[in-house]
Amino acid sequence: MGEITLEKMSDEYFDVLKEIGNIGAGNATTALAQMMQCKVDMAVPQVKLLEFKELGEIMGGEELIMAGIYLGIEGDITGSIMFLLEKQAARHLVSKLMGMASEGEEFTEMEFSALKEVANIITGAYLNSLSSLTNLCIYPSVPDLCVDMAGAILSVPAIEFGALGDKMLLIQTQFFDEMILDGYFILIPDLESYGKILSALGLG
Amino acid sequence: MGNMIKVGMADLNVCVSPDSITTLGLGSCVGIALRDPVTKIGGLAHVMLPDSTTIRNNTNIPKFADTGIEELVRQVVAKGANRGRLVAKIAGGAQMFAFQSKNEMVRVGERNVEATKKKLAQLKIPILAEDTGKNYGRTVIFYPETGDFVIRAVGKQEYSI
Repeated sequence: MGEITLEKMSDEYFDVLKEIGNIGAGNATTALAQMMQCKVDMAVPQVKLLEFKELGEIMGGEELIMAGIYLGIEGDITGSIMFLLEKQAARHLVSKLMGMASEGEEFTEMEFSALKEVANIITGAYLNSLSSLTNLCIYPSVPDLCVDMAGAILSVPAIEFGALGDKMLLIQTQFFDEMILDGYFILIPDLESYGKILSALGLG
Repeated sequence: MGNMIKVGMADLNVCVSPDSITTLGLGSCVGIALRDPVTKIGGLAHVMLPDSTTIRNNTNIPKFADTGIEELVRQVVAKGANRGRLVAKIAGGAQMFAFQSKNEMVRVGERNVEATKKKLAQLKIPILAEDTGKNYGRTVIFYPETGDFVIRAVGKQEYSI
């Protein structure tokens, strides 16, 4: 198989990723609704291949404060996955989950671990769909959470993509309960894992 | 007050007083500000990776510390700065997550800072101040008029180095 770069990815592969994003986000929404015991809807995910320079803007500015959860994946494919949520949305989820108001600049330790759990469930649901669609074993590692400027959080996956090319693949998902919650998935397979995903999907 | 020029991720630009130059949300990336104190010409680069020679797809010059700094020097000199008078200030290179995937991306922030220092030393450009490492993001604004490098981080007082 020739060398794979994101720029050369076919429309077909893009559609597949979108579909995985769709199903993954669907699963994540169900998991979220169960956890919070309320109705959660979602919009059709958008899959975008973006230049590094455009990254911050799409999310509402590099300085927008977001919660980012980052975890490694192992098994048949290796790499990492990140899920980002705007801080207000994160706060909203945490307060619903814990049944109390969440206020102030900083998250408490308790809120932090609740948020980690939310993100864990969301990324877990996403990885499950990827795994069942491709029949590949995917094991997530222990997640790590960071609340900071969008640009700073995004520098981590951007650097990983940066070793391969000049663009990054972003899956944007919108959840709604009483408010709109913008979430973003970034799947970062290691170079050799791209081929595995493609061939598992019959596109290799 | 002049205009503020914005530099994106894997990007660089030059700036002449009274304008200022900024890059937002530096994480593991490093921001390198250069200045000629006499002509008050400066520049800022936002580099993502330490070394262009270890990566095959390396045509994006501002992405790497080694090629990015060389290009920044070339551009500020082209703008009228004196090569021998250039001084630098650097910021960024944080480790945003305690976990980072096990491959070569571990400590990339730290390695970006090391590569930046190495390149500046090689080019004999002194580093006047730095604010690097730790675990938080930084927005930086550089003023070629005074040489002030203002740093903004979440939940911290804005400060200048």
